[in-house]
Amino acid sequence: MNTQISAVQGTWLVAERELVSKLRSKSFIITTVILVVLALAAVIFAGVRSATAEPTPVAVTPAAATALEGQGDLNLVAAADREVAVALVRNGEVDAAVVEDESSPTGFTIIADTSVPSELIGLLSVSPTVELLDPEAAAQSGLRYLLGFGFGIIFMMAAITFGSPITQSVVEEKSTRVVEILISTIPARVLLAGKVLGNTILAVGQILVLIAVVTVGLIVTDQSAILSGLGAPMVWFAVFFLFGFILLAAMFAAAGALVSRQEDTGATMTPIIYLVMIPYFVAIVLGDNPIVMTIMSYVPFSAAVAMPIRVFFGDAFWWEPLLALVVLLLACLAVIGVGAKIYQNSLLKMGARVKLREALKG
Amino acid sequence: MLELRGITKRYGERLALDDVNFSVRDGRLTGFVGGNGAGKTTTMRIVLGLLSRDGGEVLMDGKPLTTQARQGFGYMPEERGLYPKMKVLEQIVYLARLHGFSKEDAAAKATPLLEDLGLGERLTDTVESLSLGNQQRAQIAAALVHDPAVLILDEPFSGLDPIAVETVVSVLQQRAAAGASVLFSSHQLDVVERLCDDLVIIAGGTVRAAGSRDELRSEYSSNRWELVGSDAGWLRGQPGVSVIEFEGGRAVFEADAASAQQVLRTAVDRGAVTSFTPQRPSLAQIFTEVIQ
Repeated sequence: MNTQISAVQGTWLVAERELVSKLRSKSFIITTVILVVLALAAVIFAGVRSATAEPTPVAVTPAAATALEGQGDLNLVAAADREVAVALVRNGEVDAAVVEDESSPTGFTIIADTSVPSELIGLLSVSPTVELLDPEAAAQSGLRYLLGFGFGIIFMMAAITFGSPITQSVVEEKSTRVVEILISTIPARVLLAGKVLGNTILAVGQILVLIAVVTVGLIVTDQSAILSGLGAPMVWFAVFFLFGFILLAAMFAAAGALVSRQEDTGATMTPIIYLVMIPYFVAIVLGDNPIVMTIMSYVPFSAAVAMPIRVFFGDAFWWEPLLALVVLLLACLAVIGVGAKIYQNSLLKMGARVKLREALKG
Repeated sequence: MLELRGITKRYGERLALDDVNFSVRDGRLTGFVGGNGAGKTTTMRIVLGLLSRDGGEVLMDGKPLTTQARQGFGYMPEERGLYPKMKVLEQIVYLARLHGFSKEDAAAKATPLLEDLGLGERLTDTVESLSLGNQQRAQIAAALVHDPAVLILDEPFSGLDPIAVETVVSVLQQRAAAGASVLFSSHQLDVVERLCDDLVIIAGGTVRAAGSRDELRSEYSSNRWELVGSDAGWLRGQPGVSVIEFEGGRAVFEADAASAQQVLRTAVDRGAVTSFTPQRPSLAQIFTEVIQ
């Protein structure tokens, strides 16, 4: 005889169906394979490049040779005079040539074929003395940008890749009316919880697969140095991503419940996609601004990007990620509450798009 | 037994259901008929908790219907709904599991049910690859798989060919014989007439007639009788008889019960009588009469 199932069992059943149907869909498998291949290709490409990087060949006249000796990553090719040096540049044996020139303020002229060799210009220029009061911070700036870019793009891509299918699956249930059978069997919030759980497992699972592939790739290609130091921030990123995604998933589900046809999902999904893109752009543009980054590391949507960066550079006290996590969890509960309400109130309304105010009122 | 008492539903200004009362008895098939927009689907959705009601109550065995009791219901929505890309058997097993069956029990129930409904060959096909008629059968399986105590079927026969209608009819009769209360709506009055034990006729949001089929038929019969035998031309001269139709050996006439008995006696005296029957109105006739 059938017995009533508990909310936990129901949630898990719904999540299991989401997982199985996604794992069987060709588009999901193909996307995953492409992502893994791209990540591997990037790792291998970087490895091959660093292993095969060769010094730039430069033709030098004797006087220039003395000036450039031991500077930069150059392969100096001796040339008797300017004509010989120009000929070497012309036939492509060297990338550029450096010859004496009394009329030049530095005493040298650089000859190149088509592109300006900025490395050589740097080596031969006379620069004013620069005194940095905080040399460490300057070195960090580039790295900050890189990390912000990396975490930002992973967060944005993963949120959109795994968030929008939630909207689509809610709309599919609405447009095929299967939702009427489901809702007469289990409560709407159990259905919502199952959807969020199933898709979160998929999203986090795919991220973990990518991280594993990249880690193994880096070790195999002897680039493991990059890995050290990234450990703690990556763990924080994973934790913040997990809860941040749950929050987004509830929003994507509510966006789906508001409409009845796939064609209408654009309108309700767009605001969420903007929300997901903001942390990415802010981390890139304002990543150097400590106040902005501190605020961002507490805002639920951008915490996943900003907090790991602050942890990496030791800008955050030990309790800060924990506090941000509490903020994120509270936001998560609030958004799930509101999302569930919208979902419950709109799920059975067919036809025109349900207005947000109506959905909240019930 | 499922009882509806004074159910009222308003859509803005429009009163969609106005004081709807009827009951669906255990072990009986209750036909729910009415024109388009009469309120059939709205009523069913309210019973299932898919729509809120503005007044009245739904009782199950005398007590207010709980969410828990509702989980023992089987429902077939008017606009069919199954996951298009899911395989037939998996889908039915999934729904059975949502109703609390273990995976093994669910499969053990779903397979024979789908076979009974004629989908034995299509268990591993996706729902979207089935013909509409077969999707309909899968939909019926979805409503039946968990042995519901109450079955609510919105137009279960629409889109089915006559053979499929028979299959579904026999499955529903089995369920009712096993004690389930079955409420089904249909536009196919001939099927309803043949199948249902009880009948509810709704029009404009109010119940116009409700009761057992036989009660309703006698209630709406109009003292008509049919006599078949030898030439019945003499009928015209009988007191208290008005002839409606006359054709060779067959006559249809109106008369009260006493006059009709007199007619029968006279007819037997006059020659062979092949049949003498009270003429009961068909469901279609009752329907037309009550919805006016």
